[in-house]
Amino acid sequence: MSPLLQINNLTTVIHSAAALAWPVDGLTLHIMKGETFALLGESGCGKSMTALSVMRLLPEVGEIASGSVCLHGEDLLLLPETAMRGIRGRRISMIFQEPMLSLNPVMTVAEQIGEVLQRHFSLRGAAAQKRILEILNQVGIPDAARRMSEYPFQFSGGMKQRIMIAMALAGEPELLIADEPTTALDVTIQAQVLGLMREVQQRNGMSILLITHDLAIAAETAHRVGIMYAGEIVETASRDEFFRGPAHPYSKKLLASLPRRERRRQGLPLSAIQGNVPLLSREFVGCRFADRCDHAWELCHEVAPEWITVTDGHRVRCHLFDKDMPAVIREGGFKGTKPESGTQDSGSWLKPDSQIRPAVAATETPDSCLLSVKDLKVYFPIYKGLMRSVAGYVKAVDGVSLSIQQGKTLALVGESGCGKTTVGKSILQLIPPTAGSVRYNGLELVGLERKRLREMRAQFQLIFQDPYASLNPRMRIVEIIEEGINSLNAGDDREENTAARQSGTASAERLDALLKSVGLPPEAKWRYPHEFSGGQRQRIAIARALAVHPKLIVCDEPTSALDVSVQAQILNLLKQLQDSLGLAYLFITHNISVVEYLADEVAVMYLGRIVEYGSVDEVLNNPRHPYTQALLSAVPVIELESRRHIIHLHGDLPSPANPPPGCHFHPRCPHVMPICRKTYPATSTFSSTHSARCYLYPPEQEQEQGQKQGQKQGQKQEPESTSTGVG
Amino acid sequence: MPFEPIILWTDALVYLLVTVIGVFVWHVRRSEHLLVPWRRVGHSASGMAALTILTFFMVIGLLDTVHMRPAVTNNAATEKAYSIEVLSLLDVIAAPLRTRVEKTYSAPFAAHLYAKETVELPDGGQAREFPRLKFGGAHLEDPEAQLIGDVIWRAARGGALGLFLWCLIVASLSVSLARRGRQTFLSALAGIWRGATDVPWNAICITLALMLLLSGAALALCGDYHIFGTDKVGQDVFYLSLKSIRTGLVIGTLTTLMMLPFALLLGITAGYFQGWVDDVIQYLYTTLSSIPSVLLIAAAVLMMQVYMETHPELFDTIAARADLRLLFLCIILGVTSWTGLCRLLRGETLKLREMEYIQAAHAFGVSHWRIISRHILPNVMHIVLITTVMDFSGLVLAEAVLSYVGVGVDPSMISFGTMINAARLEMAREPMVWWALLAAFSFMFALVLSANLFADAVQNAFDPRMRIAPAKVRILRRRGAKQSKAESAESLSGTGN
Repeated sequence: MSPLLQINNLTTVIHSAAALAWPVDGLTLHIMKGETFALLGESGCGKSMTALSVMRLLPEVGEIASGSVCLHGEDLLLLPETAMRGIRGRRISMIFQEPMLSLNPVMTVAEQIGEVLQRHFSLRGAAAQKRILEILNQVGIPDAARRMSEYPFQFSGGMKQRIMIAMALAGEPELLIADEPTTALDVTIQAQVLGLMREVQQRNGMSILLITHDLAIAAETAHRVGIMYAGEIVETASRDEFFRGPAHPYSKKLLASLPRRERRRQGLPLSAIQGNVPLLSREFVGCRFADRCDHAWELCHEVAPEWITVTDGHRVRCHLFDKDMPAVIREGGFKGTKPESGTQDSGSWLKPDSQIRPAVAATETPDSCLLSVKDLKVYFPIYKGLMRSVAGYVKAVDGVSLSIQQGKTLALVGESGCGKTTVGKSILQLIPPTAGSVRYNGLELVGLERKRLREMRAQFQLIFQDPYASLNPRMRIVEIIEEGINSLNAGDDREENTAARQSGTASAERLDALLKSVGLPPEAKWRYPHEFSGGQRQRIAIARALAVHPKLIVCDEPTSALDVSVQAQILNLLKQLQDSLGLAYLFITHNISVVEYLADEVAVMYLGRIVEYGSVDEVLNNPRHPYTQALLSAVPVIELESRRHIIHLHGDLPSPANPPPGCHFHPRCPHVMPICRKTYPATSTFSSTHSARCYLYPPEQEQEQGQKQGQKQGQKQEPESTSTGVG
Repeated sequence: MPFEPIILWTDALVYLLVTVIGVFVWHVRRSEHLLVPWRRVGHSASGMAALTILTFFMVIGLLDTVHMRPAVTNNAATEKAYSIEVLSLLDVIAAPLRTRVEKTYSAPFAAHLYAKETVELPDGGQAREFPRLKFGGAHLEDPEAQLIGDVIWRAARGGALGLFLWCLIVASLSVSLARRGRQTFLSALAGIWRGATDVPWNAICITLALMLLLSGAALALCGDYHIFGTDKVGQDVFYLSLKSIRTGLVIGTLTTLMMLPFALLLGITAGYFQGWVDDVIQYLYTTLSSIPSVLLIAAAVLMMQVYMETHPELFDTIAARADLRLLFLCIILGVTSWTGLCRLLRGETLKLREMEYIQAAHAFGVSHWRIISRHILPNVMHIVLITTVMDFSGLVLAEAVLSYVGVGVDPSMISFGTMINAARLEMAREPMVWWALLAAFSFMFALVLSANLFADAVQNAFDPRMRIAPAKVRILRRRGAKQSKAESAESLSGTGN
């Protein structure tokens, strides 16, 4: 059978300001009919450029330099633009990453889908309307007949992505290119969209080119996978074969860098890949991965490896698999470098820094409660009318209680829009809470006067999600880091301050030690943020927070803007800093796998309220609240064996301006009861640490529950695989 | 001392501005990230050509800024007295132009007046004829026959001198480039010629050649001719045009200086503090911008005029009075024109204050004013710069319009506006007097156009959204991309340096 899409030796050039870049460099792949091919890789590897090259939709500065893209044997690159327009949307469709940006806000949904029908099928009027309705029903838009005449802003993110899929399907394409279709969506919505794509594929028998950086998504949806690195594919295999035994060192590293609970249990750091994806403008001589590879030897730096077939259908570009190589070298390649890499991982920057440690080694009993938040509420008023009268409140945070112990990590998990970040900021008093109390070391922070609060600020710090927005581009690293020190020391006793000023070298040394402790060279302080990569910037942001010796750090999705390999570096760093400095983290995230690796306790948040709270094992292995159960089941997993049952949630997160009465979750809950609609359930306790708010569990039978829990705990080790299979 | 230096109010502010620009340049040269966009300005051919012309104007404006009162030789040398007349360095240099005043209108390069007059003939009779000018073409025996030849000869001589000067400049430029780039003189020269240099020296050189050619010819001619003719009272129009440059520059730059504190302070505080501060400032600028600006300016100028006329004792010279009026005009223009920039800055600050690095600063307990000065101000400076440069040409034009309406500068002050206003009536007479208007127009056009081109270059370099993709190097599809890869990368990096 001939493949549907055959890309041969495709090379794409980007004419950037400084130099030519080659985001796609000699790429060859093929996709069979009805097959899902996942193109995996970190950002900057040229995945999206490949998709745009296939569609011939490259930006103005881009150009296809050589190669061929054959759809059923017909070279798309040779077609005139008018013919190409007949193919786009008809035979090949594309879904983009950001559903909010890929729909025209001033056209109704029906009009946008109608455009496709008119262009490719000359359908108009009633016939077109009928077809639009049909397609919208196909992608699961509820009440499609009414909603088809609505504008994109009236749909939620997940619904918009469904509409994008509907538009892509309208042309009944043979090939669907999905460029990170779920990256901007929450896990529960992601599960919906991926399920929909699978369903549509089975029905229409089309092929999908799925572009993603998420290995787990590929493991769940793809038939075959291709790993892309620096503009070329380094490994292709069937899904099962790939996830059972990846061949290329890069693939192995990628899989190993995923945070998982097992690694934490074993006390191991994540295996991070050192360095970053190389710039695509540079000239490659040998293997592109050689600089970051643990197994690289001289040959790798000199000769680019050719395709080598490992088994049928599993091909890899790596000298390690070359049968002609003498076995000695291959062995040597493995053995000679492996221990070295181990020391590099734990050695260079994972070593606890002795210079920082004594400064922060505050003596507090480890069990003491560092931060306790009681019934925290943050309401944002909604103003209406000319006189700005308050018409209502957005209840971003609606009664959250939590506590963090010294040196421990509490993970706050929830979908976007549930108020996680607001909790973090109002704990730090960056957003004034409406009600409730925040006690830090027993001191009430709410309502503390500005001056006293400022003195306290050194104790708790913040790390942000986007390392590109969190550093002032006009300041050098040294100024960025010193800003906090200066501003917080300003109020301290003068003598110490002047003494510190006089011994400028001492403070400079401290700065160097600080940079070293986050794995950056001291010379970095003289540079500006734009000279660093995303991971390095996040290290700088961590150094800035550490500079004032905090005891509590609120991490607001610190790794979600980073690639998997870099994420592993940062998570390792955070963990190592916690071990050496005794930091407590409030870790705000939507990524369950990070929680598993890092957290001690987990609080699951839904629409401004915490629905379940407990230690990481309790919550992740034995989720009680229906929302937690659904959330955990929706997380894609790599393990091929665990065919888990996904609890599909219907609909989206309601607006916090108008939350549903009673239990906020009841409109989406599969176990909803009449009482859920009326009053908010009280806390049901399962163990001393584990609690949830749901009517499914009687609130008053604490003792009984405790006994049951004890039994449960005893059983827990064996039925783990049967319980939920997450992690 | 043969003169007494005088520093008028606007002079002081111009000196201040020059110092500020000097400090700014020094500061920019020291920090790499500030230098990068300026380098981009330096690489724009149109921008640098415009800057060359602007430099010319600025030199004339600065010469015209150094004021003094020459000493008057009294009958007794016991007491030193200074003339009531305030002269600038430009006046001193261009003394022949200033002092050679004809009776009334004369056309460019004319040897006779523009209107017939009754003259007394040596034999006692009277005749109506075009009398000879006192200065223009006075050296000619027979103007009808000699004039054209003489003008061409002098122009050619002046032009040749200009070109010679240009050759010297280009040669010294090549020498310095060669020394810096460690190459031979000829290769540096060839580099300039081919346009292979980073800074578009060839564009600058061509502009410079044109300007030196023109100004050489003009200088050679203006000694003996009125190259732009004379106005109603016989003043040389070329001199008037030169004097107008300073007024235009002062209005364009000082107004911005007056406007910046309002715009910066109000715009940033409104965006940063929000709440009622924002409300108050928004109401203020909405109100201000809904009043017709010409009306507001006219009212303010008239009030000031009345005050000045009732207090003549405040000014010891006419120049001081005219100067103060110019300054007040700048202030009034500044006070009425800050709203646009203020609105831009408010919007940008609204965006910036949500940035995470500002929140990080809050988390460190950094004070509000420190956040504004260290985090927000440097990040909105590009907007300020772009607006300032863009506003400059608008303000020069605004001055012309206001003076034309009669609420602009003092009538004794020479400006493009007063020149146009004076020429307005002459356009209607027959035969038409066209040269005053043409001279004012062409000088103003050159100034405003070069300012606009320069502003464009600045905007392109500083505005992150305006990045223009570099000229694309076409690589033919399917033709050995791999081989050309190395070459093109090399050639690109070659031109990039």
